Amino acid sequence: MNKKKEKQKNTFEKIYEVIKTMASKPSGLIGLTILIFHVILAITSPLYVPYDYKAIDPTLMLTPPSSEFWFGTDSLGRDVFTRTILGGRTALTVTFFGSLIALLWGGSLGIFCGLVGGKIDDVVMRVIDAFLSIPWILAMLLIVSLLGTTTLVLIPALGFFYGKGIVRVARAATHDVIAKDFIVSARARGHSNMSIIWNEILPNVRDAIMVEGAMRWSWMLLGFSSLSFLGFGVSPPTPDWGLMISNARGLMSFAYWAVLAPIFGLSSLIIGINLTADAFAKALGIDRSTKAPV
Amino acid sequence: MKTTVQKINNLTIGFQSQKGEQISILKNISTSINQGETVGIVGESGSGKSTLALAMMGYVKHGLFTISGECMFHSNNLLEMKNKELENIRGRKIAMIPQNAGQSLTPNLKIGYQIDEALRLHTDLKQTERDEKISELLNKVRLPSPETMAQRYPHELSGGQQQRVAVAMALAGSPELLLLDEPTTGLDVTTQAHVLELLNFIAKDTGTSMVYVSHDLGAIAQVSDRVIVMYSGEIVLDGPVRSILKNPIHPYTFGLLKSIPKLSLPGLPNSMSGSQPQPGSIKKGCSFFERCEFADDNCKLNSPSLEFIEELNTSVRCFKHNELLNLNKIDSQNIKSIENKILKNEILDLSDVSISYAKQKFLDQLLNKINDTNPTVKDINININKGETLALVGESGSGKSTILKSIAGLLKTKDGNIKFGKDKTLSNDLRQRDPSFLRAIQLIFQNPDESLNPNHTVEEIVSQPLRLYFGLKGQELKDKIIEVLDKVRLGEFYLTRYPRQLSGGEKQRVAVARAFAAKPDIILCDEVTSALDVSVQAAVLNLLQELKEDFGTTYIFVSHDLAVVRAISDRVAVLYQGRLCEIGPSNNVYKFPSHPYTEVLLGAVLEPDPDIKPKLVAEDIVEEKPPENGCSFQGRCPRILGDICKNEVPPWQTGENGNSIRCHIKIEDLKNQQISN
Ligand code: SF4
Ligand code: SF4
Repeated sequence: MNKKKEKQKNTFEKIYEVIKTMASKPSGLIGLTILIFHVILAITSPLYVPYDYKAIDPTLMLTPPSSEFWFGTDSLGRDVFTRTILGGRTALTVTFFGSLIALLWGGSLGIFCGLVGGKIDDVVMRVIDAFLSIPWILAMLLIVSLLGTTTLVLIPALGFFYGKGIVRVARAATHDVIAKDFIVSARARGHSNMSIIWNEILPNVRDAIMVEGAMRWSWMLLGFSSLSFLGFGVSPPTPDWGLMISNARGLMSFAYWAVLAPIFGLSSLIIGINLTADAFAKALGIDRSTKAPV
Repeated sequence: MKTTVQKINNLTIGFQSQKGEQISILKNISTSINQGETVGIVGESGSGKSTLALAMMGYVKHGLFTISGECMFHSNNLLEMKNKELENIRGRKIAMIPQNAGQSLTPNLKIGYQIDEALRLHTDLKQTERDEKISELLNKVRLPSPETMAQRYPHELSGGQQQRVAVAMALAGSPELLLLDEPTTGLDVTTQAHVLELLNFIAKDTGTSMVYVSHDLGAIAQVSDRVIVMYSGEIVLDGPVRSILKNPIHPYTFGLLKSIPKLSLPGLPNSMSGSQPQPGSIKKGCSFFERCEFADDNCKLNSPSLEFIEELNTSVRCFKHNELLNLNKIDSQNIKSIENKILKNEILDLSDVSISYAKQKFLDQLLNKINDTNPTVKDINININKGETLALVGESGSGKSTILKSIAGLLKTKDGNIKFGKDKTLSNDLRQRDPSFLRAIQLIFQNPDESLNPNHTVEEIVSQPLRLYFGLKGQELKDKIIEVLDKVRLGEFYLTRYPRQLSGGEKQRVAVARAFAAKPDIILCDEVTSALDVSVQAAVLNLLQELKEDFGTTYIFVSHDLAVVRAISDRVAVLYQGRLCEIGPSNNVYKFPSHPYTEVLLGAVLEPDPDIKPKLVAEDIVEEKPPENGCSFQGRCPRILGDICKNEVPPWQTGENGNSIRCHIKIEDLKNQQISN
C-alpha cells in the first residue's frame, strides 16, 4: 500500500516534470496553450453558446460578421461563431478515443512482434505493410458506408487505420531493448513473458509509443475532418469543422467568414497538437528527426 | 638536444554548464612531446585523456571550447588554425589511430583502395609510386602477402589485422606525430601483444613520435618512454616510464598500481575507495583529496601545483611526494590472499556438454534434433564444488560465455548434461526449469549499463528477484532491499536513484546486489569487471570475494583478463575454440602452465612493468571455426607434432601439479621444452 502511494506520487511528479520542461520552450508553451484552450472550449462551450446551433433563419442568410453575429452566419442563417466553438467537440472526442485505440492495439502488436521476432514478426509486418499501401480513405469510406457513420464505427475504424504507424514504432523500440542484458537477465531469472513485457520492456518503449500516438492524433484529426468534408463523418446538423468547410466552400468568394472560421479552428488545433507532441518528444529525450520511422 | 614536436602550454578546455558556469575538463595542461619519443597518457574514464589527445590534433569536441592556453605544433597553435590549414597537418604531419579500427574503415571498399586514398590525400605520390607504397606499408605493419591483402574487404580481416591496416593508413602520410587512442582495447591478449610490439618497432624504425592514450597500464608500460598520468583533468605525474611505474610518487598512481591484479602474485589486490569527482565539483584543494590515504588539512584547502623533482626527472602534483618516495623503498606487498572453504560436494556437473550455434534445418527444428558434427563448444567435462571459484578463460571465440549461457539455460545444449548437485539434471529449456534451480543460479553481466533497466530505480531493480522468488511485499520487501544494498555497501538513499545517476562501480554493485538477493548457490560472472575502471575493479573483486565468504556461494567466473582471474579463482579452465585445453588449480596453472596454448596465452599478458616483456610464441592469426579433427589448437600451436595433432583428438593427462591438459606431448616433455626455450 505504502509503496503504491509512493509510486503514484512519483508518476505524478514525473508528469509534472515533463509538462514543466515542455512549457519551458516557447513552441511547447504555445502548443500546450492552444491544446488546453481547445479542450476547455470543447468541454464547456455548450454552457455559453450565444445561439442555438441548429436554429435556421432564412432572413439572416450569409450575414457578414457583426457585433451581433461575431463570425457572421452561414447559408442557412445559422450563427457561425456558435457552430465554430461547438464544431471541435465531436472531432476531438472521436480522434482522442481513436488515438487511444490506435495506441493500444498498435503498441501491443508492435511490442509483441518485437518480442517474438522471427517468422511471426515477418508475416505480421508484411501484412501491415500491405495495409499501409491501400489508401486508407478508400477503406474508411467502405467501412463507413457499410456500417454507418456513428461514433461507435468511426472511433475503432480510425483507431485501426492510424495504429499501423504505431506498430512500427513500438516494434522498432522493442527491438532496441530486447537484446539488452537486462531482458536476458529477467529471462534467466525466470520471469514470465507478461512480466517481462510489463516491467522491463514497457517502461523503455512507452515514451516512443506515446509520442508517436500524439503525432498520430493530429493526423487522425485531419483524417476525420476529411471524412466529414466528404460527407462521411458526422451527420448534419451537428456542427463539425470538416462539414462546415465543405458546406461553405462554394460560397467562399462572397462569404469567406463561413469557411475561414472552421478552417481556423481546425488548423489551430492541429498545430497545437503538433507543437505539443514535438515538445513532448523533446521533454522525454526522443529525437524525432533521427527516429522518424515511416 | 632533441627537437620538440609538440608543446602544450597551460591548456584549459571546458564547457559552459546550464547555469552558465565554466567547467573545465582539462586544467592547465603543460607538457611537450619530443621527436622520436613515445609518450603514454594514462587515466581512467573522465580523466580528460581523450580530450587531450584530440586537442593535440587541433580538435575540440562539439560543446567544448578552449578556455585558455595553446597547443603548439612546431610554431603553429593548432587550436587557432583554420580548418583549411589544419587539413594540411592532419593526416600528413599528425595522424590518429582510433580505438575501433574496424569501425573506422569503410566496409564496402577494399583495403588497398582505402590506403591508396589516404596516400592520395596526404602525399604527392604518383599512381605507380602509390601502388608500391601500399605494398610497402602493408609489409611494414606485417600483414601477410600484401598483394592479396590489398584486395580484401575490412570484414574479411580479424580485429588485429584491421588495427594493422589502420596503422598502415596512419603511416601513409609519414606523420611526425602519431596519436593512438586506446588502440588495443578490445583486442585479444595475444593480438594485443603483437600489435604493441609492432608499434614499438615502427617508432624505432621511423623515428615517429607517438602519443599512446590508454587506461591500461600494462600496454602503456610496454610502449612508452615517458608516461603522463591524468586525474580529473589534471596532469598529476609526468616522467620516465620506469620512475612512474616502479616508484610512483603520487598517491593516485601509487594506489592505482596496487589495485591492479598481477600475474605474478596470487590474491586480491588492494582496492581504492571512491571514484573520480565530476568535472566542476572540486572548487578548491587537491582533486584527489576525497580518495587519498595521505591527505591532510592542507590538501583540502590548497591545490598542489606540478612540481619537478630533479632526481627522478619527474613532475608531480602532490604536497607529500617525499613521503611516498620513502614508502616506495619498502616494498609494501599487502595483497590479500583468498581462502575459500571448498566443500567436497559437487554443486554443478557438466558432462560431455556440446553447444552448437549452427542454424538448424527446418525439419530438424521440428524434430528437435541438432545436426552439427563440429559444434562451437564440444566435450566439456567440468565438476564444480560448492564454495569454489572456477574461472573460464580464453580469447574471443573460445566459447567461455557460451558455456555460461548454457548453464543459465539461455542457450540449449546439443549433447551432454548439466547436473545441479549430484543428480538433478537441469532442463535445457529455461521455461521448464524448476523455479528453485532458476533461483539457485544467478547471472552478473559485463556491462551494468546494459544489464540494469534504465527506467527502473535501484529499489525496483533489487526488488525483482525478491518478489519473484520469495513473494515479498510492502515493508518486508523494502527492509530486505535495504539489507541487500547494505551488503554491497550502498546506503538507503540509493533506493530512489536511477542507474544513470550512479557511477560505473555503483551500478555494478547494484547488479551484484540483485544477484545476491535471490540467495543463489551459484553465481555466473560474465566479464563482470571489464567495463569498469581499474581502481573500481579491485573494489568490486574484493566485494565479490567477501560476499562469497559470507554466503558460501560458488562462482563461475568468465574473463579475458588473466590477471583478474588469477586474483579471484581457485581453479581455472583454459578454453580454445570451444574445447578445453587445460584445467587445474589456479596457482599451478599460472606457475606451471603446461598446455602450449596456456603458455602462449600467459606469455602474452602485459604487466604494468616495463621490465617484464610479453613472450610472443605463436602467431596471432584468428581462426573462424574449430578444426574438424584433431587438436583444437593445431592451427597456432608452436609445438605441433605433425599428423597426430591434426587427426587425433589429444587425450587427457594429469601432471604432478594437478593440472590436467589435453595434448599429445607428455606433460613432462612440455615442461622440459619450456625450460630449454
Ligand atoms: S596533495 Fe594531498 S590529497 Fe592531494 S594527492 Fe597529495 S597527499 Fe593526497
Ligand atoms: S596436441 Fe599437438 S597441436 Fe595440440 S597442443 Fe599438443 S602439440 Fe599442440
